[in-house]
Amino acid sequence: MREITLSQAVNEAIAEEMRRDPTIFLLGEDVAEAGTPFKILSGLVEEFGTERIIDTPISEPGFTGIAVGAAMTGSRPIVDLMFGDFLTLVMDQMVNQAAKIHYMSGGKLNVPMVLRTNMGATRRSAAQHSQSLHAWVCHVPGLKVAMPSSAYEAKGLLKTAIRDNNPVIIFEDKLMYQDKAEVPEEEYLIPFGEAKIHRPGRDITLIATSSMVQVAQQAAESLAQEGIEAEVIDPRTLVPLDEGTLIASVKKTSRAIVVDEGHRNYGITAELASRITEKAFYYLDAPVQRLAAMDVPIPFSPPLEDLTVPTPDRLVVAARAALKGELPHGA
Amino acid sequence: MTIPNISNSETYLRMYRQMVRIRNFEDNANKLYLTAKMPGLTHMYSGQEAVAVGLCEALEKTDHITSTHRGHGHCVAKGADFQQMFCELLGKEEGYCRGKGGSMHIADQENGNLGANAIVGGSAGIATGAALSAKRLATGAVTVCFFGDGALGQGLLYEVMNMAALWSLPIIYACENNLYGEYTHVSEMAAGQLKTRASAFGIDSFEVDGQDVLAVNDLAQDLVVRARRGEGPFFVVLNTYRYHGHHVGDINRAYYRSKEEEDEWKTNRDPIKNFAHWLIDKKIIDQQDLTEIQKDIAAEAEAAVIYALAARYPSEREVGDHVYKI
Repeated sequence: MREITLSQAVNEAIAEEMRRDPTIFLLGEDVAEAGTPFKILSGLVEEFGTERIIDTPISEPGFTGIAVGAAMTGSRPIVDLMFGDFLTLVMDQMVNQAAKIHYMSGGKLNVPMVLRTNMGATRRSAAQHSQSLHAWVCHVPGLKVAMPSSAYEAKGLLKTAIRDNNPVIIFEDKLMYQDKAEVPEEEYLIPFGEAKIHRPGRDITLIATSSMVQVAQQAAESLAQEGIEAEVIDPRTLVPLDEGTLIASVKKTSRAIVVDEGHRNYGITAELASRITEKAFYYLDAPVQRLAAMDVPIPFSPPLEDLTVPTPDRLVVAARAALKGELPHGA
Repeated sequence: MTIPNISNSETYLRMYRQMVRIRNFEDNANKLYLTAKMPGLTHMYSGQEAVAVGLCEALEKTDHITSTHRGHGHCVAKGADFQQMFCELLGKEEGYCRGKGGSMHIADQENGNLGANAIVGGSAGIATGAALSAKRLATGAVTVCFFGDGALGQGLLYEVMNMAALWSLPIIYACENNLYGEYTHVSEMAAGQLKTRASAFGIDSFEVDGQDVLAVNDLAQDLVVRARRGEGPFFVVLNTYRYHGHHVGDINRAYYRSKEEEDEWKTNRDPIKNFAHWLIDKKIIDQQDLTEIQKDIAAEAEAAVIYALAARYPSEREVGDHVYKI
């Protein structure tokens, strides 16, 4: 099968959907001729014109709000939010407006829009361009949240997001844009709320999101050499969440580690670990562990930044401890 | 005031009726609140009727509006029905939003009302997006974005006005200057001229007496036609006055405005009273028929209130519905 980059996968998904549905348009900063700083959207303006690939001023709340209103009135906008850190700027439009309009109107109005943004540290971009803020929006009823872990997932999830009748936020890991994966030429969609078991295993469950799936895969390789069979599961969408697949896996392996690049405090790892203890407590042979970004603003200095994110080595250590019953009590 | 055109008599009377309907609606809502029959709180539109009616009478049903926390007037003016509105205010199943929105989120999609908004200035993006949709999908619809002087403090408004001007969107930004943002006078909150904020973006800007329904409507008719021709956006400051407090519980107002000031607006600048004088003066209607109109509307409101008070609450099963559209 052909291999394309995550960036190409996103581009293809948008182009295919825009050809299919004329009500779709895309707006954001430097999305047209520039194709975004990451060059993800290159070529789209040539095919669809500036009427549908719309360069906006640097006004994140403004163009996000415009997308909400357009979505309520017959359009299907895709918002390009250049950095996930800028989510702070658009929170009112996403949280107080987009997320609540369907509910507040008793089901009469709805907001079929997609907000694409990114996440991920270790790009040496410092504290305001390196955050992974997906937990913030997962907290809000009315929003859906997708976390592609490869080019294949990025394309299938984005196409599903564009066709969804609700506001969907997609977080792409900016360090993965050039990563290649097998992506079929034929059309496919990935349904929301279906986790993917990337690697089956019987000894321990590693639940990982976005680029942390790669971390978990590498850790699983190392563990396999020690005779430990880790199962790697990618929820793919955090809202809706395929709890069933996660719980079934933990019931089988009796051990779990949750890995996510958001901060640890009150984050995704806390939520997933809690769900496991609620639904599979009596099957557990070890406490559920969490690997997440350190609770510090992401530092610029490379050796410091590298300390803040989960790595395969740290995950291997954690998995070994879980299997050997070496987890300290009360730690 | 405008020279009457007798062929417009029906329009004039409809505008009168709509203004009286808004006043009646609010008087009843206030009474419901004061007698503890209404949950939560609400913000009265009384005094500002000529703004909503003057603008909405220039619109078609398919045109859009966005509204504010002080939004009952916009909702009525855009064609909403009393019964469903009172049901919504009381959290009943038959309300416009099945009781899930309430006073501050009332929306009436069928009549083009995209909803009231409890974030000050919060609907500026939605309104501008509706205008972008209309332009892109060539529906011909115009959007009126209602907001108060308080919203001039919100950055979102300036962001979207900039984009509306860059993209020539069919939208009218209607700034209802009722002189107070909550409990503070506009002069303490907004530096410089209100109108010139939009002129800075190259947006054609106007100022009109918001107590004069004909002046508002004349301007609105003109701007709606121009917006449909692609000459938008527009910005209008409508000078008006809020008769009640910020919300229904804001009773002691002496610390921020005088009784004399309130009396002056209510006595000499009331949009309904003044328009009634004009209608009689121009022999479009006589006092007796006006009284009949008032009585009919009072009866309509009373019946709607009685209906809504007796109506059912939504079933508890509905609490989880409408979080996501299937």
